[in-house]
Amino acid sequence: MVERIGAVSQDEPAAGAAERDERPPFMQRLLDNPFLLLFIGVTVPTVLYLIWGILEIAQIPLSPS
Amino acid sequence: MATIAIPGQIGEAAEERFRTCPDTGLHVHAKAETLIRVNLITAVTFLGIGGLLGLLVALTRWQAVHLLPAEMFYMVLTAHGAAVLLFWIMFFEVALFYFTSAVVLRSRLATPNIAWLAYALMLIGALTATVAVLQGRSSVMFTSYVPLQAEPHFYIGLILFAVGMLITCFIFLGTLVIAKDEGTYEGSVPLATFGGLTGVIIMIFTLASGAIILIPTLLWSVGIIGHIDPLTYKLVWWGMGHSSQQVNVTMHVVVWYTIAALLLGARPLSEKVSRSAFLLYILFLQLASAHHLLVEPGISSTWKIFNTSYAMYLAVLGSMIHGMSVPGAIEAAQRRLGHTKGIFGWLREAPWGNPAFAALMLSLVMFGFLGGISGVILGTEQINILMHNTLYVPGHFHATVVSGTTLAFMGVTYLLIPIFFRRDIVFPKIAQWQPYVFAIGTAGIALFMMGAGTLGVSRRHWDITFTDALITFDYPATAFFMLGLNGLSAIIATVGGAMYVIVVVASIVWGKRRTEEDAKTNPIAPGAAVLAQYGGEDTFKLPGTIVLVSVFFIAFALYYFINWRFLAGIWPMS
Amino acid sequence: MALLPPKNRLWWNEPLHRMEAIWISIAFVWGLLMFFVMIWWHINGNQNMSNESYRIQPDVFADRTEAFIQAYQVGADDFGTPIVRPPAGSDVYLAARLWDFYPILELVEGETYRVRISSLDWQHGFSLQPTNINLQIHPGIEMVITLTPNETGAFGIVCNEFCGIGHHLMVGRINVIDRETAALAAATSVAGEQ
Repeated sequence: MVERIGAVSQDEPAAGAAERDERPPFMQRLLDNPFLLLFIGVTVPTVLYLIWGILEIAQIPLSPS
Repeated sequence: MATIAIPGQIGEAAEERFRTCPDTGLHVHAKAETLIRVNLITAVTFLGIGGLLGLLVALTRWQAVHLLPAEMFYMVLTAHGAAVLLFWIMFFEVALFYFTSAVVLRSRLATPNIAWLAYALMLIGALTATVAVLQGRSSVMFTSYVPLQAEPHFYIGLILFAVGMLITCFIFLGTLVIAKDEGTYEGSVPLATFGGLTGVIIMIFTLASGAIILIPTLLWSVGIIGHIDPLTYKLVWWGMGHSSQQVNVTMHVVVWYTIAALLLGARPLSEKVSRSAFLLYILFLQLASAHHLLVEPGISSTWKIFNTSYAMYLAVLGSMIHGMSVPGAIEAAQRRLGHTKGIFGWLREAPWGNPAFAALMLSLVMFGFLGGISGVILGTEQINILMHNTLYVPGHFHATVVSGTTLAFMGVTYLLIPIFFRRDIVFPKIAQWQPYVFAIGTAGIALFMMGAGTLGVSRRHWDITFTDALITFDYPATAFFMLGLNGLSAIIATVGGAMYVIVVVASIVWGKRRTEEDAKTNPIAPGAAVLAQYGGEDTFKLPGTIVLVSVFFIAFALYYFINWRFLAGIWPMS
Repeated sequence: MALLPPKNRLWWNEPLHRMEAIWISIAFVWGLLMFFVMIWWHINGNQNMSNESYRIQPDVFADRTEAFIQAYQVGADDFGTPIVRPPAGSDVYLAARLWDFYPILELVEGETYRVRISSLDWQHGFSLQPTNINLQIHPGIEMVITLTPNETGAFGIVCNEFCGIGHHLMVGRINVIDRETAALAAATSVAGEQ
């Protein structure tokens, strides 16, 4: 009987207790945090694309007569 | 079948019905499964309708045929965009969101009843907008730029559709929370789920932009608001319009990884690298909405260059990483399976007769070479002067969302039907050829539209002979030839699309029910069986992938500089 | 396997393979290069987007276009659209509206003009063919673009932004003549006025 997706990874990680307790590195903690990612994923384009863009449009000068 | 202890089956979740998929071992929540089925069927229905509308568009632009009268052409073009670019792809993405959250995490889906509400909103919205367009007074194109005005129910339809999608996104996030709380997995979420999360995040920005602009536009269409600034509209609208395409890119990358995993047991070369590539998407992909604003007045080149380049092309970096790690994962898996002859033995001996695999590879190659390269060139601030609003633009995005996304989604359907409908694919010969037929057709559509666009031919134009215009102008004869070839390609693509719809519908209705026995004798996901243990690739001898990415890079660089040469020939301007 | 959690709990600590590192470096450097090419072209290239534009009421722009035509009109085409030959280096007005471009311009090869483009109603496209310059025209915003025709001939301006049912009828014209023809024409018209 072959082992399939649902059956695996229960015995993982095989590493010792030391690794089990070690705090993951910063980048991994960031990537494991969906709501933090959601926050930066919405904030970055909102600031750089939308807000910056709207500021530019708002500052178009009037045509000199 | 091995019985499996389900960590999630405690407390509240114990009341939920689950089954174990004999083909993949996936632990499937019954309510999620029903939702996936219904969203898939709805998506395919819209693909059928929208695809036929696309054929009408191409046959009209084929000047010798010139099928539709002007007014109907603009209406059909609007309906085509909505039906396939919005409704087909996004209903399919709902199914993928539920798949990558509840199913992949072996969890129950958060709030299934609200997921049905979301589905109802999306369906009512899609139908309302479609009816509005077909009534003929909302031919405003996909972009609906103000002051061009549609009828109020066109905007209402889009808003309802978007609200439904937003709810879906929150259900995805809620499912992540449930799965973590109930401990249905250990450590970090699988890569497919992480990709789904990336799609959901981009989708939320997409829908937020849509709400910011479509709600005032609705109020304007009923006379409550007097004026909407066209340039501001366009800026915010593309925050939605382009970002939604970035969701498509993200989700078809997820599909690539998924198909490769199920068929070949392919593992990402490295979790770190693949996830970082998705992180670059989360951070920067959405900035490319600026691609549509490069020749606008009133916005500085500083803003344009920064945003159009996704902050120094960091999102392109993400795509180039996936472009290496997906074929790399396939090559590694094939070599592990014993296909080690020469540089390309792994590729020659790949399961090309399996439509899911064929679709994956064709989608990967065409998205990269046609869609990806043309997109970066189109999005170069100055080169855009050569191409803005020409047929190059639809040429490019047919390479991305048709050859790339649609083909990938078609491919994964051949796996999703046995998994979620428990039916065998009928007409296996038709299914086997379908990706190739569709790929040839869509490659033609993309290439010939890009060719005509390079010659300056306008997009969204009923008659480029200008028969009734007071002043006329002659496009080169080659352009008309290209549009004829585009029409022929559209016919081929339509045949490919019809083959897909027929196989899907017939399989769902008449397909032989799959038994546990079938899973052993006729496995649809042999890769799932190969993988007894999971982890990144250890050995790294991937000469085939090195050659492939080198060819890609050379093509990219050559075509990039050729376009600068074209640009240098036009009238000096500043 | 993309459908399973990573085997290694601390997967971020796995080393980067050499092939990955090389490809990522190439892609990163290539991205930087493409980014700086755009900036470099702004300094050294001859084809760049203008950064000069103004807010203007459509009726004000229409008035200025009328005044410009009055000053420099040299004729009209069969349908009465004025043909205007502005002096080199001057401000040139081009109005886009449903569904034409107004007026017809006659420019001289090798001379530079400050072309002011705006729309009087909806959004339109400015697609100058066959040289292939494509710009967006907004109502309420005047784009000032410095153009130097580098070839003679009759150029079509195709509207390539969908603007309603007459969109495909919207074509304008720019005629570019060489310096000799221009000098000759100027002499004749001066003679004609005397």
